[in-house]
Amino acid sequence: MESQIAEIVQHTGGVIGNAWLMIAFPLVGAFILLVFNRFTDRWGHLLGVAMSLASFVVAVLAFFELLGFGEEERRRAVHLYEFIPGMVDMGLLIDPLSICFALLITGVGSLIHIYSIGYMAHDEHRRRFFSYLNLFVAAMLLLVLADNYVGLFIGWEGVGLASYLLIGFWQFKPSAATAAKKAFVVNRVGDFGLLVGMFIIWTTFGTLTFQGLGEQITPGQTNGTMLAIGLLLLLGACGKSAQLPLQSWLLDAMEGPTPVSALIHAATMVTAGVYLVVRSGAFFFPEGSGAALAVAIVGAATLLAGAIIGCAKDDIKKGLAGSTMSQIGYMMLGAGLGPAGYAFAIGHLITHGFFKADMFLGAGSVMHGMNDEVDMRKYGGLRKYMPITFATFFIGYLAIIGFPLLSGYFTKDGIIETAVHHQPVLGWLAVLGAGITGFYMSRMIFMTFFGEKRWADDAHPHESPAVMTVPLMILSLGSIVLGGYLILSNRLLLFLAPAVGRPEALPEFHFTSTPGLATLALVAVGAIIAWMKYGRVEVPSVQPRGSFLTTFARRDLYGDALNESLFMRPGQWLTRIAVFFDNRGIDGLVNGLAAGIGGSSGRLRRLQTGFARTYALSIFIGAALLTGALLLVGNI
Amino acid sequence: MTTHYLVLSGLLFAIGAFGVLIRRNAIVVFMCVELMLNACNLAFVTFSRQVGNLEGQIIAFFVMVVAAAEVVVGLAIIVTIFRTRRSASVDDANLLKY
Repeated sequence: MESQIAEIVQHTGGVIGNAWLMIAFPLVGAFILLVFNRFTDRWGHLLGVAMSLASFVVAVLAFFELLGFGEEERRRAVHLYEFIPGMVDMGLLIDPLSICFALLITGVGSLIHIYSIGYMAHDEHRRRFFSYLNLFVAAMLLLVLADNYVGLFIGWEGVGLASYLLIGFWQFKPSAATAAKKAFVVNRVGDFGLLVGMFIIWTTFGTLTFQGLGEQITPGQTNGTMLAIGLLLLLGACGKSAQLPLQSWLLDAMEGPTPVSALIHAATMVTAGVYLVVRSGAFFFPEGSGAALAVAIVGAATLLAGAIIGCAKDDIKKGLAGSTMSQIGYMMLGAGLGPAGYAFAIGHLITHGFFKADMFLGAGSVMHGMNDEVDMRKYGGLRKYMPITFATFFIGYLAIIGFPLLSGYFTKDGIIETAVHHQPVLGWLAVLGAGITGFYMSRMIFMTFFGEKRWADDAHPHESPAVMTVPLMILSLGSIVLGGYLILSNRLLLFLAPAVGRPEALPEFHFTSTPGLATLALVAVGAIIAWMKYGRVEVPSVQPRGSFLTTFARRDLYGDALNESLFMRPGQWLTRIAVFFDNRGIDGLVNGLAAGIGGSSGRLRRLQTGFARTYALSIFIGAALLTGALLLVGNI
Repeated sequence: MTTHYLVLSGLLFAIGAFGVLIRRNAIVVFMCVELMLNACNLAFVTFSRQVGNLEGQIIAFFVMVVAAAEVVVGLAIIVTIFRTRRSASVDDANLLKY
């Protein structure tokens, strides 16, 4: 069915042997910035950038060292230390899959670090911001580089922590603090799935390393236990990647600073779920299994849900967040199609990392020039005032809607065509989703950069400094060329094959396939509708009431309402019942006992009359009774 | 012979006990308590002679010592109460109650 995944080779020495440096650099950076807090205020951001760049250099060197090995020897395991004796040894796995992620995380991460110098320049807590960013990079690298599920889980929790800290970075805003808590709580649900999945893996196979699992599981093997593991891992992936039904936290997560939205909630962390599925793909999501089908269905459902939400948002960041959900839905769909889809899923993940980070940072640049205004109805006509931001954002826009020959065109089209081939229904839903993408992204472009100006008089839109625009240019360059480079002649697929398996037949890229042309046509229709509604006519600067459908999308498809009525309200009732039981039951028992004793003693104390002769009488009576009793039993 | 002493002791004890219960004057109550103690002493000495050892008599001495100490403290209290409240009635000194 599919070619074997390459054996994992133990490795020592060289750059790969010291790959732990990749994690150590940003970790040390975060440590220094947090421990020596105010003393590092002046140069803390530079240290943060340097640590991220150092990590990037190690990743690049490791990448080239990896390329030096033959294809079948490109899975190198590095043993670090005994973690839990007799159970888990901590080690890193440097293989084509993990190195792709490492390059994306450190590369895009470094660009966003640099951008943040400018974006956070006026924030007095910039040093703390960089320490959290470094912490995130370290945790994310641990997540993708660990050679076992325990290490992956530690990184998984680490990025969750960093995400929480950064969403709530402006914790004086109640909305940000709430959003951070929401993200954390929703992620707990997913983490629960991942943890229980790991428990079952351990009890079933007695190992948690990828190498150990690879030795025990023959490809394509399925049974009930493995299906359960697969579904539990999918639950974990849904939490981290904001897939249905655990999608609700991502839109609120936009309360964090924009570079955070770009790095964590678009380019890297939210793709951890895709990584988990692809990494576990050969074990628990074999092609055609129920678990893989579940992944594909979740992906298709989310790509539509995210796209619909994106259509109605006036907050530019929330629009992009809906789009992120949708694009990760595409990746999940690809990841649920077996080895044929993995390369496209990872390819889309990488190009999405570039063009979405590009657009988020572009949105941040717009906000930077507009007094942190996020409502697109208060923008309009900004292309004249921010030419570089406009140009880079526009490239990102073309890439995401799949304009021919740009990055998104190749990767998204790859997913769609593979899906149409393997799961026709889901595939055509993905085509529909692409059309909606064309609509909401065009809407965003028209509302922000075209039309008449609608901003307040005190806004003075201006182009951002070079420290912010240069990362934008680099990211938009990646958005142009990366997709074609990775997908044409199957470069990424062949590179990843030793790690994730190779499909039976290599896909060939057709520029004129039916699904591809249908996608392009739908995207064009979407863009034209957007132009008719938001480009040709004046956009009202106050949100119109909208139809039932608009409200549906504005309220995030009632996802929050659903969670509230299904989980929050019953939970609150449960706590109320518990409080009632505590107040009336437990407290009632204790208080009743105390009141009973108090009341009876209040009556008994009346015996203390204060008359000494009464006491004397009672003593005599007592003594007489005692004597009488003793005489009666005959002891005297 | 022993019975006579014991009957006398019982009578003295009963008179003392009734005195404690029915008299209000603190001094008289006090004297009644002394009467009870001495009734006990008489019983101790009687039994001591009957049994033929000295333990009862030794205890009688202990009782006397305690009684003497009690008189010192008790009279001092009674005098003090009388000075402040102009009364030696035990029923008037009933503030220490519920």
